[in-house]
Amino acid sequence: MNASTIIFYVLAAIILGGAVAAVTNRKIFRAAISLLFSLIGIAGLYFYLDYQFIAAVQIVVYVGGIVVLIIFSIFLTQESGENMKRPAIGRVLFSGLAALFGCAFTILLIQDYQFVPTTLAAIEPTANNIGSQMLSTTEHGYILPFELVSILLLAAMIGCIVIAMKIKEPATNIIAPNALKIGDVTYTEVTIETIKEKVI
Amino acid sequence: MNNIGLPQMLIVSSILFFIGVYGFLTRRNMITMLMSIELILNSVNINFIAFNKYLYADKLDGLFFTIFIITIAAAEAAVAIAIIINLYRSYKSIDVEDANTMKF
Amino acid sequence: MPGATLIALIPILPIASFLFIALVGKKYFPKFCGILGTLSLLGSFIISAITAYQYFLQNGKVNGIYTQLTPIKFSWLQFSPGVSIDMGILLDPISVMMIVIVTFISLMVHIYSLGYMKGEERYATYYSFLSLFTFSMLGLVLSANIFQIYIFWELVGVSSFLLIGFYYDKPSAVAASKKAFIVTRFADLGFLIGILVLAFYSGTLDFQTLITRLTTHTDQLNNAVTTSFLGMSALTWGLLLVFMGGAGKSAMFPLHIWLPDAMEGPTPVSALIHAATMVVAGVYLVARLFPIFSISGQTALHVVAYVGIFSSFFAAIIACTQTDIKRVLAYSTMSQIGYMMFALGVSGYGGENGLGFVASMFHLFTHAMFKALLFLCAGAVIHYVHSNEMKDMGGLRKLMPITHITFLIACLAIAGIPPFAGFFSKEEILQAAYHSNMTIFVLAVITAAITAFYMFRLYFSIFWSKSFVSHHSGEHHHGEASGTMLFPLILLGLMSIIAGLVPFGKFVTSDGKELETAFHITFSITPVLLATGGILLAAMLYKKENSKPQTISDGLGGLYRSIYKKFYIDEIYLFMTKKILFNLIGRPAAWFDRNVVDGTVNLTANLTGKVSVAIRGLQSGKMQQYAIYFFIGVLGFTVLFIYLWI
Repeated sequence: MNASTIIFYVLAAIILGGAVAAVTNRKIFRAAISLLFSLIGIAGLYFYLDYQFIAAVQIVVYVGGIVVLIIFSIFLTQESGENMKRPAIGRVLFSGLAALFGCAFTILLIQDYQFVPTTLAAIEPTANNIGSQMLSTTEHGYILPFELVSILLLAAMIGCIVIAMKIKEPATNIIAPNALKIGDVTYTEVTIETIKEKVI
Repeated sequence: MNNIGLPQMLIVSSILFFIGVYGFLTRRNMITMLMSIELILNSVNINFIAFNKYLYADKLDGLFFTIFIITIAAAEAAVAIAIIINLYRSYKSIDVEDANTMKF
Repeated sequence: MPGATLIALIPILPIASFLFIALVGKKYFPKFCGILGTLSLLGSFIISAITAYQYFLQNGKVNGIYTQLTPIKFSWLQFSPGVSIDMGILLDPISVMMIVIVTFISLMVHIYSLGYMKGEERYATYYSFLSLFTFSMLGLVLSANIFQIYIFWELVGVSSFLLIGFYYDKPSAVAASKKAFIVTRFADLGFLIGILVLAFYSGTLDFQTLITRLTTHTDQLNNAVTTSFLGMSALTWGLLLVFMGGAGKSAMFPLHIWLPDAMEGPTPVSALIHAATMVVAGVYLVARLFPIFSISGQTALHVVAYVGIFSSFFAAIIACTQTDIKRVLAYSTMSQIGYMMFALGVSGYGGENGLGFVASMFHLFTHAMFKALLFLCAGAVIHYVHSNEMKDMGGLRKLMPITHITFLIACLAIAGIPPFAGFFSKEEILQAAYHSNMTIFVLAVITAAITAFYMFRLYFSIFWSKSFVSHHSGEHHHGEASGTMLFPLILLGLMSIIAGLVPFGKFVTSDGKELETAFHITFSITPVLLATGGILLAAMLYKKENSKPQTISDGLGGLYRSIYKKFYIDEIYLFMTKKILFNLIGRPAAWFDRNVVDGTVNLTANLTGKVSVAIRGLQSGKMQQYAIYFFIGVLGFTVLFIYLWI
């Protein structure tokens, strides 16, 4: 039992604990923050595996972007304060059992399988290597997906704007905010005095 | 418990995946469902990185997949939030059971 | 012989006129359709007369025997190399005689209807139906093939149905046409089975081959005679079933119930169909198959004879009590056809033995003339009096002189008084019966006497009895019938007088050879005396209106009542069909159809509905439910593929 194993288990605990909290907490804000911790744990896992670049990308994009986006949307839909409703017991049990069964099945498969690592020389995942491989046009180059992803991001951006746009209805018969229409007559100012005048 | 090898990584990612699935099937709030989806995507990322490191250390393919998945997950989360906001305007609630008009 | 095309025109002219009137004439020139129908019939009659003249007097004979000619024959349906339905025209003595009769009577009826049906709304339809009927009857008598005769048989039934139910807004007419069709159709069931039996054993449907195979010593005949079923040989069964069809069409007991009711149709229709042509189709059928009946199927021939004489006697008794003049004539028809049937029944084949056959055909010929005349006169009387009942008539002899004279001629003919036509033909029938079967002879003579009695009862009640008091006083009373109605009466009257003088034995015999029919005065005295006695009795009771008939009928009491009700045969039939057939077979079948057959279909539909309602909960619109199903499915497939496929 050396330090690296302990660190791994701590990281795993953070990840899984955060995940469980994210899916079971009844206060939405707390769930979002638990998700944040879980993602940070995953970034830590990437650091543990010596993939610093990915860890950095994870923190920047996921933690700094997506979780913030989620928190903004919580604000926009005004759901931050109250407790969320409990789901039906039947559904909880059923999904729990299904997930448990799937999990056990997968772990069983993993334990039985013999993984064969490659014998070739390792390549260091430095930013230099990543960059040159991403922009290369050779067989293992990823220039085409790179360009396509940029187009996809553009499309997603435009799509979000269009979907979430508020379309103002064309204004018909704009009456002043305090106006009152009775029959054919429009009273532009309705105050207690004017009502008293008309009624009494 | 010997040194941390590939099976342990995969076990972590599988458990994370199924936690995400459970959350997706159980949660009533649309935004929490989105959070569960993010968990699922992250479990897949862990898988790719683990395979890259332990089995295919001479290539960087797993890493690139992970980069692209992160990118696309970001775009998808943005679009999902836009849709949720639009739905919120129509149904005045983000309870997913209220958006059930596409039925028999 | 006229060429084949000219002979083919005989049936084709009426069917062409039917199609033309029904499709074109009815719409564009309805008033003219009568003339059109009459003209086409006239053409048909002229060709038939020419054919008859040439066949009988010029070319028909080969070596002194009248042969069967088939000017037209073509194969229509081939079932197997041996059995095929060939359509064709067969000319032999009886068919040539029949085409002359049919076209002549039809022509008379067409001319008569020009006056009788004038002003009728469906005038063109009537003439189209008449043409259709004439075509069917001509096709029937010219058939070369037993299946072809069956086709035309059914066509005749349909035409009769259409014509009886011509006044379709009268429920009694509709019921009568339905009854006629159903009873004859039921008889045709027997006919069809008989055809199949005969075809099976002889291996052919063609008349000539059929007759040769079943009369000479062949394997087929042997087979047919030795196979027996319930005690009778197959050949007898076949012949009896065919006779059942004939009995239905010819109104023999017990399938006679449709004939009195069929009088609901217009009177010219009764004259054509139910007196002269359609009802003799049964007799014609037996005559056509006569060689088989007389040579190989003696049992069947005896049955024919007994059914014939019984029907004749039975009808004669009932006719004595009926008050509707058309009903009297209907029963008289049944009686006379009984004569023709039993004349065939007592006949043998060839030479002197074949006298019955000649007599039957001769009686068919003369009967057509005077029975049509009787019906047409009755039509004129009904037209004048506007009623069918005898009590509304009387003393019409001064008011309708021509009708009176012709009716008298016809009554004398049917009573068998010399020198009118009926005397000679009845004479020969009685001779044939005398030489074969004494019971039948005695019954026939008694029936002849009764015939004279009821016919003259009818005559005196209509034309003498009391003075005519019109029940429709205040109505403009028209004179006697118009010229178009009187002309056929006169012509048929003439024929009733001279038709008896035709030496029938020279032309129509069972085997085609000439037969010299002698005329024995001593033999004919008895029947003529009995007939005259009947006439005098009728005169005594009915010439002047008195109460003697009433006292006699009261004296007979219950017997009279049952005869008046036609021996309750109709009631028996109604009981059998309603109580037995409908309740025991019809109702359970209907229940089965409604509950089991429909029930199954309804059950399938309901079940589908319920299952669909149950399943539609799967489409709840709740996304998480869909996700659960999807997830479970994926897990299932994973387990399946990993554990069960590797």
